[in-house]
Amino acid sequence: MTTYPDILPQLLETLKPYAKKIGTLKETTDLVSELGLDSLQVMQVLLKIEDQFDISIPLNNLPNIRTVKDLGMEIEMLLKA
Amino acid sequence: MSLFSKFLSIQQAREEILQSGINPFHLTIEKINSPTEGVINGRQTILVGTNNYLGLTFHPDCIQAGQEAIAQEGTGTTGSRMANGSFSSHNDLERAIADFYGMPHAIVFSTGYQANLGVLSALAGPGDTILMDGDSHASIYDGCRLGGAEVLRFKHNDVPDLEKKLRRLGNRSQRTLVIVEGIYSMLGDRAPLKEIVEIKLKYGATLVVDEAHSLGVLGKRGRGLAEEVGVEEGVDCIVGTFSKSLGSTGGFGVSIHPEFEFIRYTSRPYIFTASPCPSVVASTKVSLRIIRETPQLRKQLWENAQTLYDGLQKIGYTLGAEVGPVIAAMIPSKEQALGMWQGLLEQGIYVNLMIPPATPNGESLLRCSVSAAHTPKQLETIIQCFANVHSSLKEQTPSLQT
Repeated sequence: MTTYPDILPQLLETLKPYAKKIGTLKETTDLVSELGLDSLQVMQVLLKIEDQFDISIPLNNLPNIRTVKDLGMEIEMLLKA
Repeated sequence: MSLFSKFLSIQQAREEILQSGINPFHLTIEKINSPTEGVINGRQTILVGTNNYLGLTFHPDCIQAGQEAIAQEGTGTTGSRMANGSFSSHNDLERAIADFYGMPHAIVFSTGYQANLGVLSALAGPGDTILMDGDSHASIYDGCRLGGAEVLRFKHNDVPDLEKKLRRLGNRSQRTLVIVEGIYSMLGDRAPLKEIVEIKLKYGATLVVDEAHSLGVLGKRGRGLAEEVGVEEGVDCIVGTFSKSLGSTGGFGVSIHPEFEFIRYTSRPYIFTASPCPSVVASTKVSLRIIRETPQLRKQLWENAQTLYDGLQKIGYTLGAEVGPVIAAMIPSKEQALGMWQGLLEQGIYVNLMIPPATPNGESLLRCSVSAAHTPKQLETIIQCFANVHSSLKEQTPSLQT
């Protein structure tokens, strides 16, 4: 079963192109305030991640996803479901 | 920090635009002369941004019906249909809409926004799933949220992405509502409805089509995209508005399912708001009749759309892919779009200025909505004014020189 420790490095790799401004991505990096993603970029990133992990992320859960870790935990939960 | 602090970023964005000397936020049509002409900033202006596709707002029969209804039934209903009762005219209009669509069940809402809120929130609740097109109108987003269903988004008009998401749902696909629009309001493109119906049937989902911009515009009888592409039988429910082709305000849902009637008992946007006022109900009913009886209005609309599309394309504008009553010219930057919008207004042309975040793909758009009521002379003037502002755009953006 894919768990958070397996997911994190893949997720960091996917987010890397969006982190050029801040340099290093961490688990605590805030996706909106630190990466500065606008709503369009958020949608593009999510679609990429959905295909990468073969999951669908509900819009209802987005307000609870602020950091890289939150996103990783969400992916883990959806993979378990 | 207070509750009001959150408005600071909006205030800053607004100030930034106002510094350019252009104020697109409080445009007022000081006088409205006809479906296609008004006075803005004291200037006679051709209106090309009102969604008045068939130009019925000043149709004498619609005006007469509205006036008679006010005289006979009063100015308002002063209450909701559930708590305060329906007027006979509400029931008559619902029968007329059901008849127009050839579907047995119709419900009228007070606005198009509420129709989406009311239908979507009632059909899909906790434990259900909604799959919506990513470019959907805000009323669809809000309707999805109101019901408490799990909401997923598929890429705009991307049928393989829709199928992928239905596949991932497994058995839950049978309790999934798919919602798409006939014509999308920003770029005027259409949903690939035939393919979407096939996928919907394959996975046993329920399909709702919002025909707000396609009612009166597409289809042999003007019913919309589902009629145009011959898949009405595969659509479970259609929602729409009275505020575009029908020239009034209000919204509706129609369905083939008998259970649709029970939405009246569960839909908060139906129950807890005042019912449409008599004049609106009466003029809408007449507009429906006119749409049925006057296919040449549709023909004229499409001729006008073709004329404007060809004219703008010839000038060198990048337009949405499809010819239609919504014609969006894509402008390289927000600043240029603002300047051109103002330039058009100063020449007596009103179009819609659409800038991010309200637009798909972060585009800046000058959005035109064509009307059957636009005259050849008006279309010629519109095209000429677009040519004038395009020249100034080319001066500012050398890469656009052709």
